[in-house]
Amino acid sequence: MYNPALASSPPKQQVKPISAAHKRYLQDLRRHRVLVRATQLMILVLIFALWEILARASIIDPFITSQPSRILRTITTLYQEGALFNHIGITCLETIIGFVLGTIIGVGCAILLWWSKFLSEVSEPYLVVLNSLPKIALGPIFIVWIGAGPTAIIVMTLAISLIVTILEVLSGFLGVDKEKVKLVQIFGGSKFQILTKVLLPASFPNIINALKVNVGLSWVGVIVGEFLVSRAGLGYLIVYGGQVFKLDLVMTSVVILAIAATIMYKGVVQFEQFVLSKTGLKQREEKNLI
Amino acid sequence: MNSVVEINDLNMTYQSPNGEVHALDNISFSVTDGEFIAIVGPSGCGKSTLLSILSGLLPPTSGQVLLYGEPINGPSKKTGYMLQKDHLFEWRSILKNILLGVEIQKALTPEVEKRAIQFLQTYGLYEFRNKYPEQLSGGMRQRAALIRTLVTDPQILLLDEAFSALDYQTRLVVNEDIYKIIKKENKTAILVTHDIAEAISMADRVIVLSQRPGTVKQIYDIQLSCELRTPLHCREAPEFRYYFQKIWRELDIHV
Repeated sequence: MYNPALASSPPKQQVKPISAAHKRYLQDLRRHRVLVRATQLMILVLIFALWEILARASIIDPFITSQPSRILRTITTLYQEGALFNHIGITCLETIIGFVLGTIIGVGCAILLWWSKFLSEVSEPYLVVLNSLPKIALGPIFIVWIGAGPTAIIVMTLAISLIVTILEVLSGFLGVDKEKVKLVQIFGGSKFQILTKVLLPASFPNIINALKVNVGLSWVGVIVGEFLVSRAGLGYLIVYGGQVFKLDLVMTSVVILAIAATIMYKGVVQFEQFVLSKTGLKQREEKNLI
Repeated sequence: MNSVVEINDLNMTYQSPNGEVHALDNISFSVTDGEFIAIVGPSGCGKSTLLSILSGLLPPTSGQVLLYGEPINGPSKKTGYMLQKDHLFEWRSILKNILLGVEIQKALTPEVEKRAIQFLQTYGLYEFRNKYPEQLSGGMRQRAALIRTLVTDPQILLLDEAFSALDYQTRLVVNEDIYKIIKKENKTAILVTHDIAEAISMADRVIVLSQRPGTVKQIYDIQLSCELRTPLHCREAPEFRYYFQKIWRELDIHV
């Protein structure tokens, strides 16, 4: 009864020999990419070279601006004192804990708010207020309540990243096609199954987005926290360096911070790639990757 | 023949802050085993509401709906529902997609998976089992969506404008396709559509609903003299135009 000839035929991919024009196009594309990369690298080298030369020529005062060679020397000294990885480690650990906790609690709260419409309606004005409040203002309160230490820093981080995570993930949940939810209901699916089979996978792009924003916010939270209370960490080095007018220390810490933050961001992107490669979402998302 | 679906004096009223909407008014009809029923009506007449009630997603305000003699109480394994779009999950492979229903019903056994793979083989999707939905054409996706429903082994298929998201040519092919699959698998089908030609070409009986509140205006027994009883062939039957004119007038659509 069934006639496959009537069914639409599968899209066949033909292997065609590459034409000269296409070859040229691909070459141009590659050349363009190399050009962009090279220019990016050149700008970086140029900035550092100019910085070094101007400082050596005494056009700018290295006491105020520091200079690349001094930064290198500071790193070496810190390393020899054994303090370098201690400071980096403490800050990174606080950031990672804050980031992971922020993500888990944020997604958990978003699930809760989706689960109970009543709860989400009740909490709406509170979320609005908490979202607009500059969380840094809460710093002194945390210190008094929790005491000056890593815990206060992590709580600071959570305060900064949590609300944004909740709102982003919740908006992802609410943006999922209602018909997809209906499909699961038709099969007799429970609310928990709606969550696991549809909402979480469908709002994966939103969750990743929240993670990306969260990485940056976690760093802000940790550095602000360290400014306020700590005895160690990159934030501490920056504040301490500023107080004793050791701009070398400040610049060094900022450079290390930039590298560490980038690595963590790239980590999230790698995680995203990994999950996407396990699913069919890959092709669609590839274009949006940075 | 036994009636598998029986609807008696069905009424549906929606409540909203702006007031009440009377969607369905005193609907009564029955469907016998293996029958293909099409429900047509002007937009907003409550066609889809009727299907939602039959699927158990929506409790009716009053009246009786019986499936195999038993009242409906939530989504039933006896019914399968096809939505307007295929709604294949883009993060699942085709095989994982068609297993979604049984997975949710916690009925996924090796035998069921074997049956699912057999469906894919029979209906020409086997080589695409590990592909993702966006790698398939619209017609193939709709077929995969039907297989997803068939894997849960329902007796009655509810098709909610199941073809309206497709372009016209694909739609004709998919009509043919789905019709043959439904007949081959021996299912009872209730199709909701606003396409009169689609209804006549596929259904044994066409139920015409009036404007809101929807009531059964007329029921047509479709008898077409075509050798091959498939949608595409039936469009050429001499009686086709007659039914089309009748139903068109019945619908009384003014723009």
